[in-house]
Order: sequence, then structure tokens, then C-alpha cells
Amino acid sequence: MTRGNTELVGEILLRHGISRRSFIKYCTAAASAMALPPGMGAVMAEQLRQAPRPSVVYLSFQECTGCLESLTRSFAPTIESLIFDVISLDYDDTLMAAAGEAAEAARTKAMHDNFGKYVLVVDGSVPTGAGGGYCTAGGRSSVDILREAAKGAAAIVCVGTCSAFGGIPFADPNPTDAWPVSAIVGDKPIINVSGCPPIPEVITGTLLQFVTTGKIPDLDEHRRPKSFFGTSIHDRCYRRPFYDQGKFAKSFDDEGARNGWCLFELGCKGPTTYNSCATIKWNGGTSFPIESGHPCLGCAEPNFWDKGSFYSPLSAPAWGKAGQSTPLEILEIAGAAAAAGAVLGVASAGVSRLRQHRSERPSGDEPMGEQ
Amino acid sequence: MDILGLARGPALKVALAVFCVGVAWRIVGFALLRIRFDLSKPRTSVMRYVSGGLLAIGTRSWPHRQFIGRTGPGEALGYSYHLGLFAVVLLFTPHIVFLGSLFGFTWPGLPSSIITVLSVLTLTLFLAVLFRRVTNRVMRMLSNFDDYFSWFITMLVLVTGLAATAHLGAPYETLLGVHILSFDVLLIWFPFGKLMHAFYIFPSRAINGAVLARKGAVS
Repeated sequence: MTRGNTELVGEILLRHGISRRSFIKYCTAAASAMALPPGMGAVMAEQLRQAPRPSVVYLSFQECTGCLESLTRSFAPTIESLIFDVISLDYDDTLMAAAGEAAEAARTKAMHDNFGKYVLVVDGSVPTGAGGGYCTAGGRSSVDILREAAKGAAAIVCVGTCSAFGGIPFADPNPTDAWPVSAIVGDKPIINVSGCPPIPEVITGTLLQFVTTGKIPDLDEHRRPKSFFGTSIHDRCYRRPFYDQGKFAKSFDDEGARNGWCLFELGCKGPTTYNSCATIKWNGGTSFPIESGHPCLGCAEPNFWDKGSFYSPLSAPAWGKAGQSTPLEILEIAGAAAAAGAVLGVASAGVSRLRQHRSERPSGDEPMGEQ
Repeated sequence: MDILGLARGPALKVALAVFCVGVAWRIVGFALLRIRFDLSKPRTSVMRYVSGGLLAIGTRSWPHRQFIGRTGPGEALGYSYHLGLFAVVLLFTPHIVFLGSLFGFTWPGLPSSIITVLSVLTLTLFLAVLFRRVTNRVMRMLSNFDDYFSWFITMLVLVTGLAATAHLGAPYETLLGVHILSFDVLLIWFPFGKLMHAFYIFPSRAINGAVLARKGAVS
């Protein structure tokens, strides 16, 4: 997999019989997915043709492989075209044919040959508990591997909420003492492509954007590319008109659900979740969770697992069990507080009556018979 | 914990508890105060006390014909913004969801666009109310911190709610968090300031009416 890092992308395309025209169309589709200006497609194509394929090292730590599963389902660009034509994927222990020492040797060689230039892609959080022993590869902890790999990386792309924000392993009670990459590596540019999993075109698009321009794209406060994470799902949701009309599904099988009304009352986190699900969608633009009738879980946001019930509306109180306050729990608090208030009221009325009584009582010190 | 989690979690819990303690304290404390006995002979029957009290709730809630020219505009302003507030608070679906989680039942809401228009109108009326309070010499002299803070905190909830709906100035979750936090502050302030009139206004009018009815007067 380390072959051809010095070969220009244009030469590879020629060898594969891909015309310049086809490549510009491909780049235009990718630029469109990234919401870049229309002219950027041709610019990207020209720059890519002149550039050598950058080396990419893909590390998987404490994760479920869902992110990689997602990546392999990218339509624009496809995973094959990305790894064969645009980048040189020099290490990915799931996709590569090599295993064991041969695989680790490929990683070491790629990092050595491309020191300071390779892109490090990480999926999964980094467990630090038990001396890093919860996640090891080749007898080394993921913390050690990450620190070593980060040294020579031009940039780190964190794929998935686990590597970006800690994700599910980071959720309370975080038994493995897991952390996001940004908590371990502080001296490298980091691009977070969050999601559980991220949208495949967002992963490939972000990689393509970085490879094409050589620059870190505009990022939001969570270090996510604004081109993909700039607007909330709620703002771009096709069910938004129903929200504006006040039409809501109350349960998963009522008339509102069948009519495709807004899922806000069923706990949709679309208003607080920034991602491209409602625009790029999944499976080549087929649909996205809300389109399938399920509320957004907010998986692209930090701590999404600890923000209360997935099925509790955003405006509802959230302090009870599983982050969802039941009327009974609220009644308990309100009842106890009202009882305490009533006791206070009785006491203050008693004090008031006592004062009135004292002020009305004739004083025994008054001199008698002065008249 | 982010601001939204704080606002709809522990802050709301504390605010709700303070609200319940405060309201119960003031209502029970008020109800148990010693009533000075009227030793004069009643001019009418007990039933008339009750009807006089109930009548007073209605008559005192409407401008007197003789003074309508002077008090009518102010009362119209007051009624308008109260009705606007009721509509925005009780008929906006996210609010219904919130209240539904407190009471265990929900009711139909209005479209968001209508609520937005009502909110802007209510906001305008709120500013007009403040302008009237500041420019009218008598009202200005009668006003104290309680009046201005009660106006401010209610206005803040309205403004932050509008900003959250329109996504003005910050991400939605931040604006929603600030909106709910401002509501938490309102809940805490409620029993201790003039917002408590929501509980006192009708009972106090009824008591006045009943006392007057005992003396043979009609409210």
C-alpha cells in the first residue's frame, strides 16, 4: 500500500484510463457536496492532477468500526477512487491485506518516509485507564501509538464522535478513562468529522478538501468543517414546515407520524445538532434518520450520550432518571417544596399574630391612677 | 455540562423548588393572617358577601364607565400584553411540551409563525408599558425596583425566546439555554416580587368585594 507516493495523481488517472473531463466531473460533485463555489471543482481537479498522492495513516482505537463501515459506503467520491486515485492509504488495519508485523512495518515505513507530510486519520476514543491496556495493537497501547503517529502528521482528521469528542466510551461512567484525540495531542491541527457514524461523503469530502488545498478548512468551535457542519439539521430538515405550522407527531404510530410531521415532541435533537444529514443524506442521498421516521439523536454533538433521553423533547425538564423528568418526579419536588413553604407560611403568620397580640396588650408598666 | 443541560436540569429543578416554597409560603402566610373582626351589624346576608366578592372580580377587572377616558388606554395596554403573554406561553408547542412534562397532559398549539408575530407584538406592548411607566409622573413615583425588575425579567424571557426561535446571535442550543435560564430566574423571582399578583389579584378583589358587600355597598 505504500507504493506510488511520488506518483502524481494525474499520472495515476491516465494509467487507469480516466479522462480529464471525467475527473473534473468527479471533483465538481465532491465540491458540490462540500458546498464549495461551482468553480472550485475544476480548480480541485487541476490541483489534484499536479499533486502527488498524500500518504494517509488510518488508526482505529476504541471504536465499533461503524465509522470505517460508513467510509466504505461513500458515493462521491467512492472509497475506491479515493484510496486508489487521490490518496495513498498506507495503513488501515481493517482494510489492508497485511497483518501482524508486516502491517506495523508498513505503518512505520509510511510515517518515516512521509514525516511531517502524512495525514493521520483516527477513529475511536483513546482509553488511558489501566495504563492504556484497554486498547492495544502490536503490544502497544493506543495512547502510545497515537502520540508516536501524531509527531510526524501534517494534520489529524478525527473520524467519528469517539475520536472527536470521546463518544460512547467517554460517556458516564467512562470505565476505560477514554478521551478524545484533542485531549491527548495538543500541538497538531485537528479536524473533527463527528457523527456516529459520520456521513461517508463528509469523511471523504473533508479529506479531499484538505488534500486539494493543503489547508485546514474553516472550522467551527468544535473544530468541525463549517462546509459540512455549518447549519443545524433542523434548519435544513424537510419536516421543518410542519414545525412552523405546529404539526407534531405525538407517538411513533399516530396520524402525525404517518403524515410525516415534525418529530420535536418525540425528542428530535435536530435543532441543536449541526451536520449535513438533511442535505447530503445517507446511502447516496437516499434518506436520513428523520426521513425514516426516527428523531435525530444528536450524534454529531459532544456528549450526546449524556444529554438526557433520546426521546425527551429538547424543551422538557431533564433532571430525572435517564435525563427525563416524569410528572411524578416533578410532583415530588413541587410537593416537598410546597410543604416546606406552607410550614414557613404558618410560622410567619404565627409570628405576625404574636406581634399583633403583643402590640394590642395593655402594658403592665403603665402608671395607674395618674388622672 | 453545557448551558442547555444546566438550564433544563439542575437550574430548573432549583428554580421550581424555590418557586413552590415561595408561593406556598406567601399564600399560606397571607391566608393565616389575623382578620380584624368587623363588629358592626352586617347590612346583608352571607350569600350576598359571596356574590359581592365574585361580582367584584368582574367589575374591578373592567374600566369604570366614568373614568374610561382616563384609564381605558392603560387598561387596554395591560390586557393586550397579558393576552399576548398567555398565548405565547400556553400555545407555543415547545412550551406545551415543557408544561406537559410538568402536568402530564398537553393541548393543541398554534403555528410557530403566529406565535412569532404575537411575540413581536407583545414585545412592542412591553416597551410601550415601560415608556408609559417612565413618562407618567405619578406612575414613575409609584414605581420601585420590584416593578422594573419584574418587567425586565419577563421581557428577558420573551426576548431570549424570540432570539432562540430566530437563531439570532448564537447557536440555537446556547440561545435556548439562555432562554430557559432566564425563565429559571423568573421562577425564582416570582413569589418574592410583584409577579405574585398572578395568585393574589382575584382573591384580593373578591375579599374587597365581600367586605364592601357586608357593609351594604356594591362593587
